[in-house]
Amino acid sequence: MQSEQIQAHSQKKILNCKDIIVKFGEFTALNKFSFHIDRKEIHFLIGPNGAGKTTFLDVLCGLTKITKGKAVFDNDYDLNGKPEFEIARMGIGRKFQAPTIFPYLTVQENLEIAMKQNKKVFSILKAKMTKKEKEKLDKQMETIGLTKQKTLIAGNLSHGQKQWLEIGMVMMQEPELLLLDEPIAGMTEEEEEKTGKLLQELKKQCTIIVVEHDMDFVSKYAERVTVMHEGALLSEGSMEEVQNNDKVKEVYLGSKGAV
Amino acid sequence: MEGIIAQIFNGISLGSILLLIALGLAITFGLMNVINMAHGELIMIGAYTTYVVQTIFINYFPEGLFDWYFLFAIPAAFILAALIGLVMEVTVIRFLYGRPLDSLLATFGISLVLQQLARSIFGAPNVGVQSPELLSGAVEIFSMSFPISRIFILILVALCVGFMFYYFYKTGNGRRIRAVMQNRDMAASLGISTRKVDASTFAIGAGFAGVAGMALTLIGPIGPTLGTAYIIDAFMVVVVGGVGMLLGTVAGALGIGVFNTIFEYFTDASMGRVLIFVLIILFLQWKPNGLFSINTRKLD
Amino acid sequence: MAISILNKLRTKKGLFYLLALLLALLPLMMSNFYINLLGQFLAFAILVIGLDLLWGYTGVLSLGHGIFFGFGAYVMAIYVTIESSNGAVPDFMLWSGMSELPWMWVMLSNPFAAIALAIIAPMILAFILGFFTFRNRIKGVYFTILTQALVLVTVTLIVSQQKFTGGTDGLTNLSTIFGFSLSDPRTQTVIYFITLALLVGIFLFCYRLVNSRFGKVLVAIRDGENRLRFSGYNTSYYKILVFTISAGIAGLAGMMYVLQIGIISPSMIDIIPSIEMALWVALGGRATLLGPVLGAILVNTGTTYFSENYPDLWNYFIGLVFIIVIVFLPGGLMSLGEKISKKWRNFNAKRTNTGTFPEKNS
Repeated sequence: MQSEQIQAHSQKKILNCKDIIVKFGEFTALNKFSFHIDRKEIHFLIGPNGAGKTTFLDVLCGLTKITKGKAVFDNDYDLNGKPEFEIARMGIGRKFQAPTIFPYLTVQENLEIAMKQNKKVFSILKAKMTKKEKEKLDKQMETIGLTKQKTLIAGNLSHGQKQWLEIGMVMMQEPELLLLDEPIAGMTEEEEEKTGKLLQELKKQCTIIVVEHDMDFVSKYAERVTVMHEGALLSEGSMEEVQNNDKVKEVYLGSKGAV
Repeated sequence: MEGIIAQIFNGISLGSILLLIALGLAITFGLMNVINMAHGELIMIGAYTTYVVQTIFINYFPEGLFDWYFLFAIPAAFILAALIGLVMEVTVIRFLYGRPLDSLLATFGISLVLQQLARSIFGAPNVGVQSPELLSGAVEIFSMSFPISRIFILILVALCVGFMFYYFYKTGNGRRIRAVMQNRDMAASLGISTRKVDASTFAIGAGFAGVAGMALTLIGPIGPTLGTAYIIDAFMVVVVGGVGMLLGTVAGALGIGVFNTIFEYFTDASMGRVLIFVLIILFLQWKPNGLFSINTRKLD
Repeated sequence: MAISILNKLRTKKGLFYLLALLLALLPLMMSNFYINLLGQFLAFAILVIGLDLLWGYTGVLSLGHGIFFGFGAYVMAIYVTIESSNGAVPDFMLWSGMSELPWMWVMLSNPFAAIALAIIAPMILAFILGFFTFRNRIKGVYFTILTQALVLVTVTLIVSQQKFTGGTDGLTNLSTIFGFSLSDPRTQTVIYFITLALLVGIFLFCYRLVNSRFGKVLVAIRDGENRLRFSGYNTSYYKILVFTISAGIAGLAGMMYVLQIGIISPSMIDIIPSIEMALWVALGGRATLLGPVLGAILVNTGTTYFSENYPDLWNYFIGLVFIIVIVFLPGGLMSLGEKISKKWRNFNAKRTNTGTFPEKNS
């Protein structure tokens, strides 16, 4: 009875990470960090610089190898040692901190190659744009507000537009788990607002983990927040709970005092 | 057994020349991310400088002093190659930072020009440089003979590498070079003149190529395309050794030199080349970034 | 009507058709000697299209294409040698004490096997090298250096295996193919048109490729390979495939080349010719397909004309041109053309090509 309950509980989780340790040489970037997240939840990761937030995202998308510990996606897919392209095909999408789009392709072409499809060499070789795909692309361009820029070379977009394009590209992969690294960095207030709305749209389709420094933005959109410090978990809960946590106050005041 | 020892000695000797050539390549690749195809022509310049110094000694100095020409040839080869390297850096290379493939092709253009220049001045046929009496002959150790010229080259390379290690790890300039290598923007914002560091480092690397050219005159005749024969092997040293670490370059050069001569000993010259190529490809399966490399988190 | 034709001509495909038409008409007004020369340049033009696919679009620079070209040329030359001498053992083999043709040669005495192998053999070699480098994510510039080493190794091998390959002299005794004399101008004119037809075919094949979704993926590999992996692409396989295709095209080019020049030797496929091939691409304009074709024809015409009359000056000139183009004109001649035509039609800002070559690449 009890074990069934546990199983039902863990089925609900899309990601289960236990005691993850990541070392770069002598430096420990993640120190026994455990984390799990429900489906269709939006979860913010915050913490001072060097807390290990980006490293954690790197682990999840296959950029960084786990030194010790376990990260399991979708109940039975062990992420450790898997190549990036395979993790992406399994349904984890990553948006990097600096916008990394393909500057010499048009907006539509960027989305086209990111789109969920069989990405093996020979099926891409045979691929032709179907009507259904065309509609999907048009819809996505409308969602990220780049319909007018459809045939524009992506390198010529503004910084904010590039950020949205990349979010759009990750969305085209139709991931089950979306990893966003500082999506509003360098955006104007107006653009921030738009991005926030976009996030709430996206939440209906997938689970989202966001790394963010902008506390106003976090408190506005967060459901659950995890605070990291020196590679380990400091506190977890709603924004309010976290804000009133003594340990968090100490770390943040301390680091703010240093700046 | 004696055959093997002789081969290992020959291998180290070949490796030491490769090392002298690859030193400059490895540092400039690590520092500016440029690959200099015209490095071979800097060798050629060093060799012709030696030839000119020797000719001057023959014509203008008493016969008894002839043997000492090489003492003048070494600094002359270094300085001239370094100066031409500096001119290359200032006029062409500095536009190519971070574009290794383009730098390789553009410097190929430079090497075409320099080769033609050598042909125009010295003529297309090879010329011989007479080795000084002091360095000809051989020493006998345990009934095996080692050519003095080869031993001289080994000592010369050891001195150059020793100097480079000292310069790189113990002096202010060396510290600046390493700083720029690891984080160019940060180094620049801390007030290091990256332009000066780049140009001077490039010139020193070029100078060593010139010294290597001087050493090659002790081994055989020289010609306008002298450098072409060595440049690809020197590139392979950089690939095997990894970027930006002197130790990797040393290990790579000696490794390639020794394996090359051993393979040649057991097969023949051309099969030896094939085997060393296969060996390098296999080695890269194990260490794709060379012997020593720094792990970073950067996406590119 | 006139305007719509003009509009078509402004695209690269249209310009290429115009060029092909010109190349088809040129033999009418040229002597046999020049038709033959131009035919050789067209063989180079075939090669550079494949090289552009690899370097211009995918960002992978091979400085070993001389070898793939050489494979095609040698395989064809061996067949022609056997045919020309009715299966007799060539002199250079007799001198090395061989009284029978080696099995490799016997295999190539069948014309179909020879034609197939001229294309497939370079592809196999490229596949093997590509597999062991791209799979391991060996740095781009390391790959380029390895292709140079491949040239060095192969050329050394060809020279040393004199009894099989003719050594430094190469294969020189090429006189008939399928019973037609290679020195007959009519045969040469036919070969010229076959080469031209292959050039058009290869161009259209690559043109379709780069404008398909596959082509967009190639450009994405060039501009952000690591990013693309996170979108679910195993980029290594794409690079292996493109490298293999490109090598096959080079083999085809070599096959057509040797039939027109009538000799193949190691010095023609050595390190320097291999680098020069890449420079024709750069000079014409990377990632344009048409530019490299123009680059190959122009540079070779220049070399033929000037290196006979002013060999020293030509060496200085071409060296300087290479430096200047790479450093200051990364888009090559095509970007010059584009800059001019942009001014002429700045009312139509629509983009016509996929991915101009980026100025920064690694």
